Amino acid sequence: MEHFPYLLAAYSIIFVLIALYVIFLQSRQARLRNRIRAAEARLARLDETVARRPRDAASS
Amino acid sequence: MARSLSVLGRLLTVLLMLTAIFMVFAWVPNEAEQGLVQRIFYFHVACAWVAFAAFALVAVGGIFFLWLGQTVFDDLAYAAAETGMLFCTLVLITGSIWAKPIWGTWWTWDSRLTTTLILWMLYGGYLLLRALSEPTPQIARFAAVFGIVAAADVPVIIVSVRLWRTIHPAVIVTREGTHGLEDPRMVITLLVSLAAFTALLVWFLTLRMAMLRDADRLQTLMRNIALAEAALED
Repeated sequence: MEHFPYLLAAYSIIFVLIALYVIFLQSRQARLRNRIRAAEARLARLDETVARRPRDAASS
Repeated sequence: MARSLSVLGRLLTVLLMLTAIFMVFAWVPNEAEQGLVQRIFYFHVACAWVAFAAFALVAVGGIFFLWLGQTVFDDLAYAAAETGMLFCTLVLITGSIWAKPIWGTWWTWDSRLTTTLILWMLYGGYLLLRALSEPTPQIARFAAVFGIVAAADVPVIIVSVRLWRTIHPAVIVTREGTHGLEDPRMVITLLVSLAAFTALLVWFLTLRMAMLRDADRLQTLMRNIALAEAALED
């Protein structure tokens, strides 16, 4: 079992870095999707307001 | 359909990775001279293979982006550079850990090590350029040229052990042109590790490209919001 700590260290670093990258990607993706959903909702509200405005102006 | 393919791809990646781990730790025999620590080689070489493949994709993506001007190629290049950087970092770290018991030092300015470090720094620069600049077509074109030029270091690394005097082992094909792996189980373990890391590369590229598409979509939405707000103010 000579040099076993080196072998263990190498493989541990590989898996820790890969796992951290996967977590980083997933969390960034989730944040991005939330921002897209919020922006879509905001745009839909704005579009509704813009579409309603001429009618409001005409009725007043 | 696309979602089930993605799940299947991830399952295959995990399965291949578990098989590779089993082979490295429980199946493949010890190498005669280096003993246990030689087992680092299987994942070290696999990381190097996917890093080189990723950087080659940066160049291919860059060439097609400059030629056709389609954003998908720029996204491919950016995603490949980030993924390649992760694997290139792993190559340098695992190589260093292997070198300590075998060469008695963590680092030496050997031709292969030095050219790999240069590659790592080049793509570090590429990623800094992309991260610190506004995503304009001009920056994308500049990054494409940078990515193509930097990829020229990949063949230099591959032939470095034959071009210059080096202490880095040429294991797969030795300097004498013979096969470097003495047992067929070593070859099979290396091939499974290569397959596992290639699957990992495809997974990361798909994920990262989807994120870049989402970022583009968010940018378009923000532009439309700004236009709608301007229309409301008028």
